[in-house]
Amino acid sequence: MDLHFSADALIQASYLLTAFLFIMGLKRMSSPVTARSGILWAGAGMLVATLATFFYPGMSNYPLIIVAVVIGSAVAWISGRRVAMTNIPQMIALYNGMGGGAAAAIAAVELYRGGQQSTAGATLAVVGGIIGAVSFSGSLIAFGKLQGLIRKSLRFGGQQLLNLLILAAAIVLGALVASGVNATAAAVSGLFAASLLLGLSMTLPIGGADMPVVISLYNALTGLAVAFEGFVLGNAAMIIAGTVVGSAGTLLTQLMAKAMNRSLGNVLFSGFGDTGTAVAGTAVTGSLKPIEAADAGVMMAFAQKVIIVPGYGMAVAQAQHKVWELCQLLIDRGVTIRFAIHPVAGRMPGHMNVLLAEAGVPYDLIADLDEINAEFETADVALIIGANDVVNPVARNDKSSPIYGMPILNADKAKNVIVIKRGQGAGFSGIENALFYLDNTRMLYGDGQAAVAELIAAVKSV
Amino acid sequence: MTGIVALYIFMLAAFTGYEVIARVPVILHTPLMSGSNFVHGIVLVGAMVALGSATTPLEKSIGFIGVLLAAGNAVGGYAVTERMLEMFKSSGARAAGKGGGAKGTH
Repeated sequence: MDLHFSADALIQASYLLTAFLFIMGLKRMSSPVTARSGILWAGAGMLVATLATFFYPGMSNYPLIIVAVVIGSAVAWISGRRVAMTNIPQMIALYNGMGGGAAAAIAAVELYRGGQQSTAGATLAVVGGIIGAVSFSGSLIAFGKLQGLIRKSLRFGGQQLLNLLILAAAIVLGALVASGVNATAAAVSGLFAASLLLGLSMTLPIGGADMPVVISLYNALTGLAVAFEGFVLGNAAMIIAGTVVGSAGTLLTQLMAKAMNRSLGNVLFSGFGDTGTAVAGTAVTGSLKPIEAADAGVMMAFAQKVIIVPGYGMAVAQAQHKVWELCQLLIDRGVTIRFAIHPVAGRMPGHMNVLLAEAGVPYDLIADLDEINAEFETADVALIIGANDVVNPVARNDKSSPIYGMPILNADKAKNVIVIKRGQGAGFSGIENALFYLDNTRMLYGDGQAAVAELIAAVKSV
Repeated sequence: MTGIVALYIFMLAAFTGYEVIARVPVILHTPLMSGSNFVHGIVLVGAMVALGSATTPLEKSIGFIGVLLAAGNAVGGYAVTERMLEMFKSSGARAAGKGGGAKGTH
């Protein structure tokens, strides 16, 4: 008895320490100067909580626990260390889905076991279980879409009605189980089957371009599911960590949706966000004016200030290392270099910064939309590489355009604009880019990496 | 833990999460999402307790899968977040360790 008390006190103290380390870790992760140490703090917290849990009173099945921890950790560690930086978004989706699945598994064990005597406890287990299961199957679909395993977006009439029916079925089964009216194994199984199906049918119609918002939403949902299961188990570390992620993730989801000019309701229920959908808007007049790499290189070499606007096309062409090489040459010549990053420049907000950091670009040269937009007027050259819609001025003034109202980078305000582009033709969303037709814009045609290599040669020969 | 105390914890943690993230620059959105994804890997301790209390083969199987998935969430989340944040360096740090930046080429 006495021994149990002290073990319990030790565990509670460890969980308190873990909660502290998590919150400090997240706080440190929200500034580039301290971000690296933030994940170390949070990692230490996880280690403390996991070790302490082995001393939880009344536990059995230790061999099973250890085998599961070792296998799960080994597979995740190897995949996490090996994944290419361009594929980070789908890995986040995958690991997030695993967390949701784990929360659902806790709920399932508790409900099959009949471990919850009170209706309140059983209700929390059911709600956390539904959310966790939806996050699990939904995240797996998001992973499949971003990884290119699922290419089609399944859409049919009455889809929203079907989703509502599945949700209603999950809620009715959940109510039966939680109230104890029909807490049979069959009802519990039906509850989880309906929840998993809901995650699938909710996520399948959503296009790849909207996936970042969806992943962020499922991240918040998993946090919430973990918090609910924390209430069920009376585990303060799970309640605090899960709730913190739930609220932080909700805020992050809103920020992302806002940056993409989409409301959350739109993302979830409208089934847009595929490549090559809406083509509308007023026709653009003017002509495209090509430029040779040698001339463009000279223009940049004698500039005072150059702003680089990278898009995901740059990462696809693996040109970020060459771009940084070009920038270093220009910096050595005394040119001021800035990188202007639109929130949706990568595959999710902030992804482009990771790709640039990988190439070696210091973070203090990188500016986001609000910081940089006033600076374009003072720039001699804006170099656009792999970006399209995010610099399209029609978003500012053409009410009939599908991207009207989306915040854009004001690259058109620069004295000269150079656009590196594979060929003529509209971009990702199929919308003509008015920037390309402006008087101060020149088109540098070619593959991203090859074009930048030519620019490097041109700057070197000046 | 009584219900009302649990609700207090829930409310305060929700505010904390919001405030901690509120001033984050866009450049850190992806690492931060990955970092918060790691933090809910704490579900591992719950999954361990659930498997530790399982008795029937069905409960043990589900509990085993739960621990497996939770460990994947925690360890995978840590691995990718740490890799991303390791690369974030300022101009000063870059000049100090000249040429040490171009990691993980592929």
